[in-house]
Amino acid sequence: MVSLLDIIGPVMVGPSSSHTAGACRLGLIARALVGGTPEHAQVELHGSFARTGVGHGTDRAIAGGLLGYHPDDERLRESLTAAEAEGLTIEFKNTTLRGDHHPNTTRITVKRDGKTAVLIGSSLGAGRILVTAIDGFPVEVTGAYTTLVAVAKDVPGIVASVAGALADDSVNLATMRVSRRQKGGEAIHIYELDHAPSDGAMARILALPVVKTVRIIERVA
Amino acid sequence: MYDVLLEAVDAAERDGISLGELALRTEADTGIRTREEVEAGLRRALKVMQGAVERGLVGDLHSVSGLVGGDAHRLANARGPLANTIFTDALAAALAVQEVNAAMGVIVAAPTAGGAGVLPGTLLGIARRHPVSEEAMIRALATAGLVGAVVAVRASLSGAEGGCQAETGAAAGMAAAAGVELLGGTPRQAMHAVALTMQGTLGLVCDPLGGLVEVPCVYRNATGAAMALAGIEMALAGVEFPIPVDEVIDTMGQIGREMDVRYRETAGGGLAATPTGRKLARERLVQLKPRKK
Repeated sequence: MVSLLDIIGPVMVGPSSSHTAGACRLGLIARALVGGTPEHAQVELHGSFARTGVGHGTDRAIAGGLLGYHPDDERLRESLTAAEAEGLTIEFKNTTLRGDHHPNTTRITVKRDGKTAVLIGSSLGAGRILVTAIDGFPVEVTGAYTTLVAVAKDVPGIVASVAGALADDSVNLATMRVSRRQKGGEAIHIYELDHAPSDGAMARILALPVVKTVRIIERVA
Repeated sequence: MYDVLLEAVDAAERDGISLGELALRTEADTGIRTREEVEAGLRRALKVMQGAVERGLVGDLHSVSGLVGGDAHRLANARGPLANTIFTDALAAALAVQEVNAAMGVIVAAPTAGGAGVLPGTLLGIARRHPVSEEAMIRALATAGLVGAVVAVRASLSGAEGGCQAETGAAAGMAAAAGVELLGGTPRQAMHAVALTMQGTLGLVCDPLGGLVEVPCVYRNATGAAMALAGIEMALAGVEFPIPVDEVIDTMGQIGREMDVRYRETAGGGLAATPTGRKLARERLVQLKPRKK
């Protein structure tokens, strides 16, 4: 369903909806995975991001996202300086990721408060993004919804427990996906939600004995 | 939203309303956003467009590579044979928005960042000499959105998929319909304006130097606005294009699918592959290697 505001929009800092706006959104998601501005980030640029990213401000856009700036925030232009001021060190490098990846793809590794998170994400055009891996788990996160990311031991009934906590909180699920690296190991749960769950619901999910981490990614698109 | 433009024209005629009004009602009927929310979104877009034109016309901006900047100001202040006309105002405004875009300023992707100058250029160029209400401008943006939505479904709005005909070409078609509505034309004239404009941008390749949204993108937004004005003027005079607009849009999609990858934003062909294009890209990009921090 194409909306008028998809066509006349988004309002964004130029020059490229894919290389700038989409890149910023990937930075925002990496930030959300560690719950705030990281202390350190390694940003690996793949494909067209590597070839033309700097000219398109992809580096500044990702840095801005890591600082919590949105695609329409004029501070994106000066985000590398702001990152330094805020104690965020960023290491950029060009890479060729193994496997099949969209031409505009980045791998972002962020560290904050002793926590580390890694995402692989692509900018698909017109500012739309798709995160395809979080911490090594295959995922599909578009950022179009508030997204709950939980990592839990792969045991029967866990999906019902997490979904139950959300249902009790009157949070409607738009999509749900569970994936794992191996049977009986750890699985990642991705729930796209119509609105953010309460702190109480988050605590209830985290209190489930097999749940290791639970994170919220706010809507970025 | 509609996926057949002719059906939208029929519906607007049946209800005795403009295409913009039809688009606003249709969008509200989907229930995803209220009419007020859609209008508020378009009002914000209009403000950002106006701000980008003003900012760009100052003339002090430079793109990241330094290849573009200052031409909007140059054109707006020149005394050429077409000075002080809608035509020159529209071209200068289109350049202004794209110069802001290339300098990492705030713009409205309409439908994309690379084609963001055509619609505000055309509409604000017209509005400068034909004062219109803000409500009329918002309805005109809705008209443009309706046309863009049809193009998105039937063809493409991405240079990587369909070449520049899908970015500045689509933007010109959107601007043509919006301009006709702004100047009091009928939905049918708006439809012919889209066809008359987009027949002129068919086959346009996407060939940016170094893959950056700078050259020729900035200038192609000005020529896109010129194409839209040509379509508007012909349609308002009663010129009717013999091929139905939806078939023109389909043709754009078909040409895009058959277009060699070199002409789809890869900098592998067209102006990007000229000796000077390659040289400029090499010289300007060499200083822009990602730095280690």
